[in-house]
Amino acid sequence: MTASARRAVQGLSVAVRCRQVVKTYGSGQSAVRALRGVDLDVHTGELLMLVGPSGCGKTTLISVIAGVLDRDGGECSVLGQDYAAMRPDQKTAFRARHVGFVFQAFNLIPTLTIAENVSVPLLINGVPRKQAVEQAREMLSQVGIGDRWRDVPARLSGGQQQRVAIARALIHKPKLLVCDEPTSALDHVTGQRVMELLRGVASRHDLSLVVVTHDQRIFEFADRVAEMDDGHIERISAGKGHTHAESPHRGFDAPPKNEHPLNPHAPQGSNEPNPEHRS
Amino acid sequence: MISVALKMLLRDKGKYFGIVMGVTLASMVITQQGSIFVGIMTRTFALISDMGDTDIWVMEPKVQFIDDTKPLQDTALNRVRGVPGVAHAAPLYKGILRVRLESGEFQNCNIIGIDDATLTGGPPEMIEGRIEDLRRADAVIVDIIGATTRLARRGPDGAPVPLAVGDTMELNDRRGVVVGISRNTRPFQSQPMIYTTFSRATQYAPRERKQLTFILVKADAGQNVQDVCDRIARETGLAAYTRDQFKSMTVSYFINNTGIPINFGIAVSLGFIIGSVITGFMFYSFTADNLRYFGTLKAMGTSDGTLLRMIMTQAMVVGVVGFGLGTGAASWFGASMSGTPLAFRLTWELLFVAGTAVVVICLISAMLSMRRVITLEPAVVFKG
Repeated sequence: MTASARRAVQGLSVAVRCRQVVKTYGSGQSAVRALRGVDLDVHTGELLMLVGPSGCGKTTLISVIAGVLDRDGGECSVLGQDYAAMRPDQKTAFRARHVGFVFQAFNLIPTLTIAENVSVPLLINGVPRKQAVEQAREMLSQVGIGDRWRDVPARLSGGQQQRVAIARALIHKPKLLVCDEPTSALDHVTGQRVMELLRGVASRHDLSLVVVTHDQRIFEFADRVAEMDDGHIERISAGKGHTHAESPHRGFDAPPKNEHPLNPHAPQGSNEPNPEHRS
Repeated sequence: MISVALKMLLRDKGKYFGIVMGVTLASMVITQQGSIFVGIMTRTFALISDMGDTDIWVMEPKVQFIDDTKPLQDTALNRVRGVPGVAHAAPLYKGILRVRLESGEFQNCNIIGIDDATLTGGPPEMIEGRIEDLRRADAVIVDIIGATTRLARRGPDGAPVPLAVGDTMELNDRRGVVVGISRNTRPFQSQPMIYTTFSRATQYAPRERKQLTFILVKADAGQNVQDVCDRIARETGLAAYTRDQFKSMTVSYFINNTGIPINFGIAVSLGFIIGSVITGFMFYSFTADNLRYFGTLKAMGTSDGTLLRMIMTQAMVVGVVGFGLGTGAASWFGASMSGTPLAFRLTWELLFVAGTAVVVICLISAMLSMRRVITLEPAVVFKG
């Protein structure tokens, strides 16, 4: 864990706080309970990976955290704000200001140059076009592809496109970055570089990252890894990016080894989460 | 974000071209077919237009349009002249006679007999000769289109030789000598126009008890023309219309009693429908192809209002470009057909109609796309 993340966790600074979050798709007999009471905290400056089998609710959970999907029950506050208390336009404005997105398929607009793609969040926030493109070029330089700013996405490799997507996600200095399978379309080496980039960005900007992934090779970059199954968090463990186990309830300095991060009262070696937080 | 919308549209050249072509096709067909329709309708009142000095047309009350000749008694002329507010009233004969050419061929022609004394009602422009030449014996003036086409004789090599000043013809066994060539507005009926004096026209025409077709009236200066019309109608029992009213009557007759508006209406409607379908489909397809990116923009915090403005801007751009190309093509077509028998008259009203149609097409297309974007859940961006 980075120094800033450690400081934040020591100060119990929580960027995302989910309690008993429930989400059901459909109704009646065809209803599918995607989230069955999820408890999860994401600390400021932390890189949390959300893993689990397909259909376990990871995408639904990050959609709720990102504010692009309404939950049906429970509580979820992001940066101290509860989406449920916001009007749709306020929620949209909140996302524009505070949330960055990195998608599995990059989702770069193919007809725009990469500088124009990166400038989009600034344009959404009302920054004049010329100024936005200038800042986009600077951001592209920071992610190492400043010389390609005139190119369209199709002329870039997958890794370069994901760098563009990361630049786009960061340019408006969000507090929360939501990444959906950011390395699944990339080869191992490129994926590692993308994660190094994300890891570095998070440490420099006190940014909280929630990364959904199946790619075990990138677990080493996580501060914590939350394993989901069947609509709830099964286990939260320290990632290799984390030098110590942690408990958001007790601070960060000296948690006992193998203690469950969300359940300081669980026996050592237990992987069970806090029963209070289960559905 | 408008600049993003424009780049999304303009840089997707295939789709952009397809959408613009749809709008272009619609506006071109609507403008071109509409202009031909308006051109044909304008020709129906060509004679009224050519007699621009006439304020009021007086006729038998049952007359429905300019070619509907129901003669008046000769005494009607003096009765009209006696109506207060009438400065001048002139007789006009209008009929169709079979003309025998020097070659021995026959040709039906429109005969216009104008006032012997004042020559009121003569052709609007003389290419050769003078209107006053009609006072010479057996004199007739022939319009240039008739002179060069139907009244032209065959030369030794088979090529048409236009009828010229000095040539003669036979009208109902009476001699006519061409003393002038005029330029007229091309009439709806394709027969040549032959001008002569009223008295000579009535000699050419088969003898009837009534031979006065219309009375052309000039109102006194300062008189309200409509008031004079009403007064003539009241005091003589005849129908009296202003020039514009008579034009409208004539156009209404053709619209209500011929298949012309239906034929052109079908062509215009087809242009509108086909243009709408092509544009709507292409625009919807463009939006559908970009739905992932609209979803991405939505997830990143673009408001619905901004997305609507983006789509409206895209629709407006293709509308303006397509309308410009379509009406430009139609105008070019009209200009290139100038001087041919094709009737083509492009008016600002027609441009307004075509523009409105394009707006409707673009609105329909945009609405379909907007609905798709507005109902799009931003969470779709995480669904791969």
